[in-house]
Amino acid sequence: MALTVKTFAAVSDALPALQAVGARYLGGGTLLVRRVNEGDISISTLVRVSGPSLSRIAVSDGRAIIGASATMAAVARHPDLAFLRPAAHAIGGPAVRNMATVGGNIFAPAPYGDFAVALLALDAAAEIAGKPITLADLIEHRKQNGGRIVTAVSLALPKPGAFRFVKITRVKPNGLAVLTIAAVIEERDGVVSAIRIALGNMADRPIRARAAEAALVGRPLTREGIGPALAVAGDGAAPADDAVASAWYRREVLPVHLGRLLLAKG
Amino acid sequence: MAKVPVQFTLNGAEKAEFVDSGATLLTLLRTKAADMSVKGGCHQGACGACSVLIDGELRLSCLTLAEAYDGARIETLAGLAERGVLTVLQTAFADHAATQCGFCTPGMIMAAKALLDQNPQPTRNDVVEAISGNICRCTGYEPIIRAVLSAARANAVGAA
Repeated sequence: MALTVKTFAAVSDALPALQAVGARYLGGGTLLVRRVNEGDISISTLVRVSGPSLSRIAVSDGRAIIGASATMAAVARHPDLAFLRPAAHAIGGPAVRNMATVGGNIFAPAPYGDFAVALLALDAAAEIAGKPITLADLIEHRKQNGGRIVTAVSLALPKPGAFRFVKITRVKPNGLAVLTIAAVIEERDGVVSAIRIALGNMADRPIRARAAEAALVGRPLTREGIGPALAVAGDGAAPADDAVASAWYRREVLPVHLGRLLLAKG
Repeated sequence: MAKVPVQFTLNGAEKAEFVDSGATLLTLLRTKAADMSVKGGCHQGACGACSVLIDGELRLSCLTLAEAYDGARIETLAGLAERGVLTVLQTAFADHAATQCGFCTPGMIMAAKALLDQNPQPTRNDVVEAISGNICRCTGYEPIIRAVLSAARANAVGAA
């Protein structure tokens, strides 16, 4: 089986090569090279873009711009992205984190893609050919987005303490997710004023828990206050049966874990 | 199939090999560089047996394209002992029965080395995190954790 690797210095040079049948864009290789190793003959060309510009992380004026080739390890150790550390640290083990990229995680199919869940809750935007696209749009249409290269994600830094993240695994400290929850919560006068909740492994891609979000606005983060939201936490979800958990189990424990995340102090 | 030249240093020695386009670093190391200390376990990135240091960073050689690391500095278990003298870390593994069948050991030691290079005095939790990408079927992990902590203590005593 012949595998061709094409390396380019610039994204624009790589795009034509990516249009060929069987061509896939290579990030850290944690998913794609694995598929090649497993004998996936649909992959005949790996397209790479080398150079440090795609790995750059810039944080200023309340916004973070993270290059698509930035690794989980680079995000986890960045002094200005401490709030994102739990999400970056949730991916794989130390070696995987030195390889796995932010961009690659966006296209990772369930049961992977936990960092993308965090980005979805943070309402991040992805940059393709210099133009922004919301992460929600990108994820929704990611199968159709083959042949295009994400160069960076950008997001507004959440207020201190507003971002919460939990990845539920059977194997500790890390393993495949039963489910993943990321939330950005703002409170005013003792009640929720704005909230975004993203779920991982509750569908074939990260999704927003919009029913739960709507049921939380104006409510206090107490056990009574969040009750209605927990009741609709799984609305719109379509979890899968896999080796880690059954769809039934995921639906059962989602409100439990969401409740713990919402009620957690500090 | 196209062949691609790859130049790198392996445990300090300069190497130049031709590999098939798309070959993994694991394949290059075992079949061209004759470094059998790097093990092929799952080839999926789950077991960690293939772990090596590339430019000082712990990575999985089974998921790494050899040609992507032209010019890199690669370190494997085979390069640790000097003229048959085991390092403190290797000795600790032996002393604490941290190796039984030995298959996870190269990856475990490279992961432990990566930890101690960055954090010479790790906590037990640091060690658990550091080997969280390496599977061992024999030891139950405790002897490995003890060995790494013991090596860290021995290094501290040695440096004092």
